[in-house]
Amino acid sequence: MADGMAGGESAETVELTVSAAASLTDALKDIRKVYESRHPDVRLVFNFGASGTLQRQIEQGAPVDLFISASARNVRDLVEKGLMDERRQIRLLTNELVVVVPADGHADAATLADLLKPEIKRVAIGIPESVPAGSYARDALANAGLWEALQPKTVQGKDVRQVLQYVESGNADAGFVYRTDALTSRRVRITFAVDRESCAPVEYLAGIVKDARHRKEAEAFLAFLQSEEALDLFVTYGYSVPK
Amino acid sequence: MDWNAFWSPIRLSLQVTLVASLLVTILGLAAAWRMSRRPFRGKSLLETAIMLPLVLPPTVVGFLLLILLGRKSGLGRAIEWLFGAPVVFTWWAAVIASVVMSFPLVYQTMKVGFASVDRDLEDAARASGASEWQVFRLITLPLTFRSLLSAYLLGFARSLGEFGATLMIAGNIPGKTQTIPTAIYVAVDAGNMTMAWAWAGAMIFISFLMLLLVGHRQS
Repeated sequence: MADGMAGGESAETVELTVSAAASLTDALKDIRKVYESRHPDVRLVFNFGASGTLQRQIEQGAPVDLFISASARNVRDLVEKGLMDERRQIRLLTNELVVVVPADGHADAATLADLLKPEIKRVAIGIPESVPAGSYARDALANAGLWEALQPKTVQGKDVRQVLQYVESGNADAGFVYRTDALTSRRVRITFAVDRESCAPVEYLAGIVKDARHRKEAEAFLAFLQSEEALDLFVTYGYSVPK
Repeated sequence: MDWNAFWSPIRLSLQVTLVASLLVTILGLAAAWRMSRRPFRGKSLLETAIMLPLVLPPTVVGFLLLILLGRKSGLGRAIEWLFGAPVVFTWWAAVIASVVMSFPLVYQTMKVGFASVDRDLEDAARASGASEWQVFRLITLPLTFRSLLSAYLLGFARSLGEFGATLMIAGNIPGKTQTIPTAIYVAVDAGNMTMAWAWAGAMIFISFLMLLLVGHRQS
């Protein structure tokens, strides 16, 4: 990769591997443009997926430097297993769980209970065991006493982006995604936001993996993510910055 | 271990596989028989198209099926109007994915089977006044019985293991469209190694039984 550099002393490009929650896909691709233009010696490689899937990959020894999870649980599990640094993790962003419907569809829902209506045939939700958006949704539905009743019409997506795609294509009549996912698509419409009291707050945690091969560069990128410039960019995508 | 959760994908996989393997064997048999009769224009093109699912990534087949049968397509809407419910995300979608993916295997096996039948035997039957249907039923089919059996078993095995296209159009609904391969994928993702092992064991057991059956038939 760096062989084009003539007379290179230590001008080797560092490939920084960042495992990030699927919901961050669009925002992080923008961040990469800004960051790489300023740090020509660093190449950011993103591995997007459900936070639970990414956690499992790190447990199995995947070569990852930085982990940004959509749920505190995944990071906490990795810290407990001694795979992530206890001190080097930050609450980066917050998000909101919403229910979306196809923009051109007729089905509508104003509350969680409305999802039981017969004209809503399929409700897409992330696999609760591995997709944080799915686990938040399950908690909210369980708190409302609707989880069991809704079960027969739920279809479970492997990450929050698949849930979005199921609703975009009209194959699901409603779906649980984050506000930021909903804002990336013109083919879905937010019908309501899930009450903040009914599920745990949606928080993104970022941290450095213990076996990181490029610790120094990972620290630098983590610092950049917290800079005003990066946070402003996240805010344009609909994220909030924790107080 | 949750036994109900353990058995549900196994029951569903067997149900999907049984229906799909029967359907694909009938369809593959009919197609191979028709094609073996006489040459026609575009025959090799059609044959190549039939073989495509064998070499295409299952995700490509899944994607095309989703476009074809989804709720935004004419065909998808026609099915929804006919049956009162969309076909995507149902166990029938899993059957369709399995049939499409295993069709080339069944077709190819039956084609070789029909090619191996001595034409003189069929002609002798015709000369004795047998109709085409009688020739097929009494001469051709018995002579290709072994091919038919291996075609069925190949279709069964391919259907049982079908994952990519199935996940795309049948989705992942525990108890309704979650087959063994999907269940294993989800369990590994969720870090549930006990269940992943249990289903992997069940899969190995069923496949072992099948191979044993084939070996027994051949000896």
